[in-house]
Amino acid sequence: MTEKIIKVKGLTKNFNKLTAVDNISFSVNKGTIFGFLGPNGAGKTTTIRLLTGILIPDSGEVLIDGININNNPIKAKMKLGVIPETGNIYVDLTARQNIILAGRYFGFSGKELYKKSDSLLDIFELYDRKDEPVRTFSKGMKQRVNIASAIVHEPEILFLDELTSGLDVNSQRLIKNIIKDIHQKGTTIFLTTHNIEEANQLCNEVAIISKGKIAVIDRPEVLRNTFEQTRAVEISFNINVANEEIRQNNLIDRIERAGDRLKFYTDDPDKLVKYLVNFSEEKKLKIISLEILKPSLEDAFIKFTEKKSYEN
Amino acid sequence: MKIRNVNSQYIRGIIITAEKNIRIYYAKPPVLIFGIIFPLFLFLSFYLGRKIDFNVFFPGFLAMSLFFAASSVGPLITPWEKQAGTYEKLLSFPVTVNTIILGDVIAGMLYGIIINIIVLTFGLIFLAYNVNVWGLIFGTLLASFCFSSLGVLLASPAAKSPSNIMMLSSVIRFPLIFISGIFIPIKDLTLAGKILSYISPITYIVDIFNFSLKGTHDISLAIDFIALIVFSFFFLFLSNRFHKRNLLKGL
Repeated sequence: MTEKIIKVKGLTKNFNKLTAVDNISFSVNKGTIFGFLGPNGAGKTTTIRLLTGILIPDSGEVLIDGININNNPIKAKMKLGVIPETGNIYVDLTARQNIILAGRYFGFSGKELYKKSDSLLDIFELYDRKDEPVRTFSKGMKQRVNIASAIVHEPEILFLDELTSGLDVNSQRLIKNIIKDIHQKGTTIFLTTHNIEEANQLCNEVAIISKGKIAVIDRPEVLRNTFEQTRAVEISFNINVANEEIRQNNLIDRIERAGDRLKFYTDDPDKLVKYLVNFSEEKKLKIISLEILKPSLEDAFIKFTEKKSYEN
Repeated sequence: MKIRNVNSQYIRGIIITAEKNIRIYYAKPPVLIFGIIFPLFLFLSFYLGRKIDFNVFFPGFLAMSLFFAASSVGPLITPWEKQAGTYEKLLSFPVTVNTIILGDVIAGMLYGIIINIIVLTFGLIFLAYNVNVWGLIFGTLLASFCFSSLGVLLASPAAKSPSNIMMLSSVIRFPLIFISGIFIPIKDLTLAGKILSYISPITYIVDIFNFSLKGTHDISLAIDFIALIVFSFFFLFLSNRFHKRNLLKGL
């Protein structure tokens, strides 16, 4: 049986009249990359703060490898590495000093810590600038220092809150590769994101949270397959066509527009393609591109969060 | 990963937090220079052009310097850290809010002691006191801890910017000086003045410094020390409550 390294039972957190996290329960298997998805304001950051002992829940409990983080925060936190969403490093310190400071909080010292810090600086391609104050670094470099300082003690669980938000492509790629390496060494990763593609690429299991409640938890491919019936057809014409002109059709569940492309959600893509071809001939339009799309995790995300909104 | 005894990890957290604060916030040239120049300006403003016996004035002046030094930076650390986003990172380390509070207090206390030693050295060079060393040492340690705790308490309101905290800090700290026995000896105060002076923790360290340097005191020394201990615990207790209550504000 797979070992559960994080167990969450009936977790609730209220801020005045707002219930940010509403009686959620789930568990995370040891050694997985667990994605926590949700739109902005869904309760992702509050959940991560509850899981890492930064916030105290109003009710419920969080067990980190069997240790209740609220009853024994120091012991539980020794097992965690946390990379919060914003800032989070001392810009007056150098990259090396930041990593060493974090290592010291986790009980490391002396040559061992210096060796670890230099090795991380090398992995994160920061060794040449190790003695420069972090204030002179780019956002991507700061995020690398942030991650290095969160993993210096080789945590059993790494929490990442909106990991690559606002980073350039190179930094994103480097960080994702490092996360994969850390995971391969056995670290459990808990990742919150609103970037569906990121979760799709990295996660073994995904929970979708909406309005403080968990809508669904499953593997990304299972979630995608749940929506196998709902497929999408993407088309672009030589001129812009109003949604209303095409909407007069019971084949289409929903239309999304992205630039000059129209995305139609349907249960019968084959019939819809024929309809769109006929439509273009009738209106004397030229089809620039036409594609039948597989259901994506994004579709699952939208479906589940919308469903939750309706329920609420 | 090194899993230590929780108690030793707790103490380690306090020490590392204090070291971090000293390195980042206190060991900056402007802060150090301010710490030395401020007592000098205090001295000039209170002493020059007035007929004050410096032997009588110095213990109160020493207490005032200690008070300002120990409680000056503490109110700003938490707002600075929240603004920079480092406070949340700090909370994710194996520490509690209490660890951070005590680390902040220790850093302020050490800064107060260093500034106090410099001021005291100048005083002892120019004034002929028959010093009670133990009174000075224990009084300085305890009062510096107490004033630094007050500074950390002042950091706890949910102010959005450090400048708001500075205003609050001035509004609370200056009256504490005026109601203490620095400017007028307690025995010369009216009953209302006396009652007010007992509310200020500075009163008790002025009394201890008076005893340690001049050999005179208005309150029992035991009460002085007990009062400073009680004030310290009171400030720490309130800090704990308010820092926890306002934890998320400003993050």
